[in-house]
Amino acid sequence: MQPIISISGLGKRYASGFKALTNIDLDIYPGEIFALLGPNGAGKTTMINIVCGIVNPTEGTVVADGHDIRKDYRAARSKIGLVPQELATDAFETVWATVSFSRGLFGKPADPDHIAKTLKALSLWDKKDSKILTLSGGMKRRVMIAKALSHEPKILFLDEPTAGVDVELRRGMWEMVRSLQATGVTVILTTHYIDEAEEMADRIGVINKGELVLVEDKTALMNKFGKKQLTLNLRTRLTSIPAKLADFRLELSADGSELVYAFDPHDDKVGALMKGLNELHIDFTDIRTSQSSLEEIFVSLVRARP
Amino acid sequence: MNFYAIRAIYIFEMMRTWRTLLQSIVAPVMSTSLYFIVFGAAIGSRIASIEGISYGAFIVPGLTMLSLLTQSISNGSFGIFFPKFSGTIYEILSAPISYREIVIGYVGAAASKSIMLAVIILATARLFVAYEIAHPLWMVIFLFLTAVSFSLFGFIIGIWADNFEKLQLTPSLIVTPLTFLGGSFYSIGMLPPFWRNVTMANPIVYLVSGFRWSFFGASDINVGVSLGFTLGFLLLCLTTVWWIFKTGYRLRA
Ligand SMILES: Nc1ncnc2c1ncn2[C@@H]1O[C@H](COP(=O)(O)OP(=O)(O)OP(=O)(O)O)[C@@H](O)[C@H]1O
Ligand SMILES: [Mg+2]
Repeated sequence: MQPIISISGLGKRYASGFKALTNIDLDIYPGEIFALLGPNGAGKTTMINIVCGIVNPTEGTVVADGHDIRKDYRAARSKIGLVPQELATDAFETVWATVSFSRGLFGKPADPDHIAKTLKALSLWDKKDSKILTLSGGMKRRVMIAKALSHEPKILFLDEPTAGVDVELRRGMWEMVRSLQATGVTVILTTHYIDEAEEMADRIGVINKGELVLVEDKTALMNKFGKKQLTLNLRTRLTSIPAKLADFRLELSADGSELVYAFDPHDDKVGALMKGLNELHIDFTDIRTSQSSLEEIFVSLVRARP
Repeated sequence: MNFYAIRAIYIFEMMRTWRTLLQSIVAPVMSTSLYFIVFGAAIGSRIASIEGISYGAFIVPGLTMLSLLTQSISNGSFGIFFPKFSGTIYEILSAPISYREIVIGYVGAAASKSIMLAVIILATARLFVAYEIAHPLWMVIFLFLTAVSFSLFGFIIGIWADNFEKLQLTPSLIVTPLTFLGGSFYSIGMLPPFWRNVTMANPIVYLVSGFRWSFFGASDINVGVSLGFTLGFLLLCLTTVWWIFKTGYRLRA
């Protein structure tokens, strides 16, 4: 499949001399939801701003829907919608006026029906004639989303769309992103809520200190890094781990009542452990397993690379 | 050309004028009326005519120019400074528009507003003094060229300024003094030779003079020189704007 966004060799050094991005190569495919993760200052916004034309790259190229973002910026930008990280609105305009303005700015003839549909989908219809300064923060963010969707983009960038948004609205936002995906829109979002990426994304990219350290299919990532943990509550306490079970690198709790086995599901050694325990007549009263979350994976990734 | 974008920016900017009607139109009309009452009626009645023109009529072009210049600069600078200040500039920068279209939208709206204002001031002045316009077409050309070049100049200031102080500094520290000393209220010929020469270094002298010529058919400076100066200034501003967008100066990091 042809990527809808193709980033190659992208680098950015700000005027201050700070190198915010180094040699980024990334392909995004049509219709996917791509989550970009990374700690504060990693370079997520810088990368998005370059693709959207707000920041000039120092090196490398970006092609959006077949158009180079610099040489053919008109065609490229008209395909892209952006909801930036910072709330920035024309406080004295009405919701309707500001969203219509965006559509015109992106070169589309007026289409009141489309604007009405967008505002309704974002539960802003009853606010359409209100001045933006009378809206709450969450409503303002939805106005910015409406602006980004006003020109029917094929690619939508959401830079921390759910920062400072309440739980219900967050779920609403997820639903909205999914319904956009259903209509064929490609969504690239950044977030600091890992559970959000886990919930939403098809693929995940991790940026750290300006470098793309990982790009993976979400499920593959969870499988690859997702260590499982098996905890056994023993019927009789142990004082030490039997030598026969040394291969499993088990851990014994301080009071000797629990055995913990951390394993990779692919290694397929749980059966062997059970057999070993059986042979040693170690009996247990309870058993539980847990899988590490994306959050733990993320933290370990970002920590591992100083 | 992205006409929809130009139209969107233009309308958006013009709408702001209606919202701030008092500030945009009523205030300048008010202050001009005061000038005419003080200089035209009160003091003017004691001043002999200049080059055969009554003092009240003589100051009409200069006063109009004064408002035209200050309003063009303030409209032009505010229009682009505000999105920068509020952060909404992101949308302009990410839109499929060229810098020409951005300039046409913003500067076009700024110039339209100040031309509207100049017309209102001229109409107001007519209530105080009876003046005639000798060369209406040239009057319109000077009005238009001045409004466009100074809106463009304001646009440049708006991009350069990164705080409100700077935004207000240039108009009040440079443009207002230059306009006052640019022959709005007197003829250059009234000055002693030394000061006359100093004054000739003031670009605004040429604008006021050219504009006045279109009213009375006579001026201190050859009208061709005035026109050349106005066009030169326009060209200078256009070049600067072109450079700003080419380098991304203060707009794109
Ligand atoms: N205009 C600028 N000039 C100089 N440095 C900048 C500029 N903009 C961003 N930076 C720096 O580039 C780095 C990356 O910033 P960026 O905003 O891309 O991070 P981010 O991943 O979006 O972080 P966050 O999660 O906090 O939003 C930071 O160290 C930041 O200080
Ligand atoms: Mg960011």
